[in-house]
Amino acid sequence: MDNDETRLTAQLGLAQQLVEHLQNGDEDGARLILQQLRLPYERELFEELGKLTRELHEALQSFRGDSRLVEITQDEIPDAKERLSYVVTMTEQATHRTLNAIDEGLPIAEQVHDNAVRLSERWGRFRRRELSLEEFREFARELDDFFTATGQETERLRSLMSEIMMAQDFQDLTGQIIGRVIRLVQDVEENLVGLIRLSSGRMEGRAGTPPAETAPEQTPAPETETSPARSVGPAVPNTNDDMGDVVSGQDDVDALLSSLGF
Amino acid sequence: MKILVVDDFSTMRRIIKNLLRELGFNNTMEADDGTTALPMLKGGGFDFLITDWNMPNMEGIELLRQVRADPELKELPVLMVTAEAKREQIVEAAQAGVNGYIVKPFTAETLKEKIDKIFERVAG
Repeated sequence: MDNDETRLTAQLGLAQQLVEHLQNGDEDGARLILQQLRLPYERELFEELGKLTRELHEALQSFRGDSRLVEITQDEIPDAKERLSYVVTMTEQATHRTLNAIDEGLPIAEQVHDNAVRLSERWGRFRRRELSLEEFREFARELDDFFTATGQETERLRSLMSEIMMAQDFQDLTGQIIGRVIRLVQDVEENLVGLIRLSSGRMEGRAGTPPAETAPEQTPAPETETSPARSVGPAVPNTNDDMGDVVSGQDDVDALLSSLGF
Repeated sequence: MKILVVDDFSTMRRIIKNLLRELGFNNTMEADDGTTALPMLKGGGFDFLITDWNMPNMEGIELLRQVRADPELKELPVLMVTAEAKREQIVEAAQAGVNGYIVKPFTAETLKEKIDKIFERVAG
């Protein structure tokens, strides 16, 4: 209060002097007084500007220092796009594999069905004693053929159904790849939230609340103890998955295991 | 022959169970990760374990280690069926005492071949 009063008295004094100088036409004197009047406000402005500059600098530093974000944008986002494209390719292949098997299987099923209908109609005529001896001989031959063909065709159908079943393994493989991308999206989300919290903390500090120095960063708990070979799901070509270290198929696995004495 | 199939994807469990049925193994049970599988195995009665690697809670490699560390289970034949395809992982599984290792995607023939091989060796 006292301070304010002395400041006000001093300013009033200066203002009176300013009026006097102006009335006397003393321009230089008036300019000097004006400078004196401005001085306290200028100091405040410079201090504020200095604080802002420092905070901007710190924010930039901490943003740059967050290597996780850099890692995400440089490697993992491009990788994630590659992984998702790979999922599209895999699901497309699985669908074609399934549809191919169906394309081959449906006509077989239809043929077996048509033959059965045709022969059962003939069988009815035979039971009603409507077939001549010649017709019966023909019928018996056709039945022989039908039994042989049906045995083969149903075996083919069985193997096509097995093919359709195996094609469904894409759900497991793409599921693992998508799971990995979901974890990345969560990671990005957490980092962005952290970034927003950081900048909003500064804004609030500006508005008078206690200066929120770097909000307590919630370092996500490590997923599991880092075992020498942590599971990552299927390796995806054209990503940072080290393809050089990855086996190319079952033959490669068998060769490696036999080299280990398996 | 009672077989436990462990995979976190129910679709893959169904595929493996179907293949096993085609091979004449009808007595199969399922678990979705190591933590559910282990108590079932300790309950006894299983002759064979087929497990994935990449699973929540307890991974297949840890399940394998726990099985080998258990006096009751340490002789249980274990076949790993997984998309994990790094050489170091295959070596790690071998060192942990796996009896066979199949990388996904696999074929019905591969599964039959590996199962036959494992039982030949167990019988021999």
